[in-house]
Amino acid sequence: MDLLERFAAGDLEAFEALFRQHEKEVYAWTVRIVRDTGAAEDLTVETFWRIYRARQRFDTAAGNFRAWARRIATNAALDHLRHARKEAPLSEDYPAAPRGDPAAQSELRGHLRRVFHELPSKYRLVATLALIEDQPYQQIADAVGISAALVKVRVFRAVRMLRKKLNSLGVEVTAK
Amino acid sequence: MTDEMPDQNEKELRALLKREFPPFEEAELQRDLWPRMLRRLDAQPHRVPWFDWALAAAVAAALLLFPGAIPALLYQL
Repeated sequence: MDLLERFAAGDLEAFEALFRQHEKEVYAWTVRIVRDTGAAEDLTVETFWRIYRARQRFDTAAGNFRAWARRIATNAALDHLRHARKEAPLSEDYPAAPRGDPAAQSELRGHLRRVFHELPSKYRLVATLALIEDQPYQQIADAVGISAALVKVRVFRAVRMLRKKLNSLGVEVTAK
Repeated sequence: MTDEMPDQNEKELRALLKREFPPFEEAELQRDLWPRMLRRLDAQPHRVPWFDWALAAAVAAALLLFPGAIPALLYQL
């Protein structure tokens, strides 16, 4: 019986082996979406908890554990974004951004964070992965469980919503 | 133009977002999460399946409707 079959049968050692093989990748994917290292750690554990609970549904014949784990991690991250959107402002756990005029930067950053945070979670997810993290549409589509064409539509709509909101706050969006 | 080639609007916003929210390029996990995973596995209460609750409710309802069956049930136990 191979590792995936033992995992599907509920073998804890097999689950630990899979956990150790994939935890870094699940974490790296999750932190790109939620942009908060602490939350990404919690969500990595949550993802593997969901994986363990759903082990009997895993298709050992197809055997693509990596893709399955990424899909579950994306759903867990999306649930987190939905709750975070209702409860709290954006995390401050971003890598340091380059600074220009402090006052203008601060105002722009505040507006941008606000409007980005106000995006509906499903748009924020694809916007983060496509626009900030430069992930290919097909990879996003596989992780979210939608078509690449729908990812493109969601990115387009997210861009439109962001521009509209920024313009309403008096921020002109132009590349420099 | 490919499907992933952004239009001008998207390019502008992409540049703005990247300036303000730099990508997590090398996000490294700083600790071993397996101990937390084990605690999470241990913390889950044993749940009674829904059909066990349904069976218990059906037996209780049957005993209320047919109290005469109680001695027979006790005899079977």
